Amino acid sequence: MDWQGQKVVEQLMQILLVISGVVAVVVGYATESFRAMMLIYAGGVVLATLVTVPNWPFYNHHPLKWLDQSEAEKHPKPQVVAKKRFSKK
Amino acid sequence: MHSFGYRANALLTFAVTILAFMCAIASFSDNFSNQTPSAQIQILNINWFQKQPHGNDEVSLTLNITADLQSLFTWNTKQVFAFVAAEYKTSKNSLNQVSLWDAIIPEIEHAKFWIQISNKYRFIDQGHNLRGKDFNLTLHWHVMPKTGKMFADKIVMSGYRLPDAYR
Repeated sequence: MDWQGQKVVEQLMQILLVISGVVAVVVGYATESFRAMMLIYAGGVVLATLVTVPNWPFYNHHPLKWLDQSEAEKHPKPQVVAKKRFSKK
Repeated sequence: MHSFGYRANALLTFAVTILAFMCAIASFSDNFSNQTPSAQIQILNINWFQKQPHGNDEVSLTLNITADLQSLFTWNTKQVFAFVAAEYKTSKNSLNQVSLWDAIIPEIEHAKFWIQISNKYRFIDQGHNLRGKDFNLTLHWHVMPKTGKMFADKIVMSGYRLPDAYR
């Protein structure tokens, strides 16, 4: 999943779960059914899971632009300098 | 959010947190329910009234209990536990409470009832103070929620009196 997709997924997950929770409490209270609240919320959690957890294609529409191979060869990696050893007195 | 496991964990954690909030709201909503329970208890008969070998008084009663506890049930009620206690004062104890009968009411349909029984639990005093004793019969109830805070209250019915002599 690309960066843009990850941001969208986080926001979608939070919004879907909060809305499921609110709707569940309101409907449950109005119909005096605790069971209704739990079922609506469970449905909301399953929906949020299906939308945000799998790596759907539309989360990969902004892929990372990796550096081209020819450009990489023009700028070699820096060499590691040998460390000086300080002896204990 | 870079991997399947990361996203699944984040979602599950957030979902459980929201569930906790929902349960808190459901419990809080119980404060707004209008509760108007009613009850009446009649003592139909004093079956017997003896002094035990160890010196404690014991009495057996036949009670007629009528109650309407339907208004105690809310959407967040799992069951109502009701019990009848005889309450009286002696020189040794400022309050004696002896439970005579109890019941678990699992549904609102069973909350309006009429029952005639002898006391389910024995009415034994600490001592021999029951002759001629004035006592109250109190119906207590505990509304046990599906989630959250339990509410308890009672109705005190006074004016009962035990006989002056053993029978």
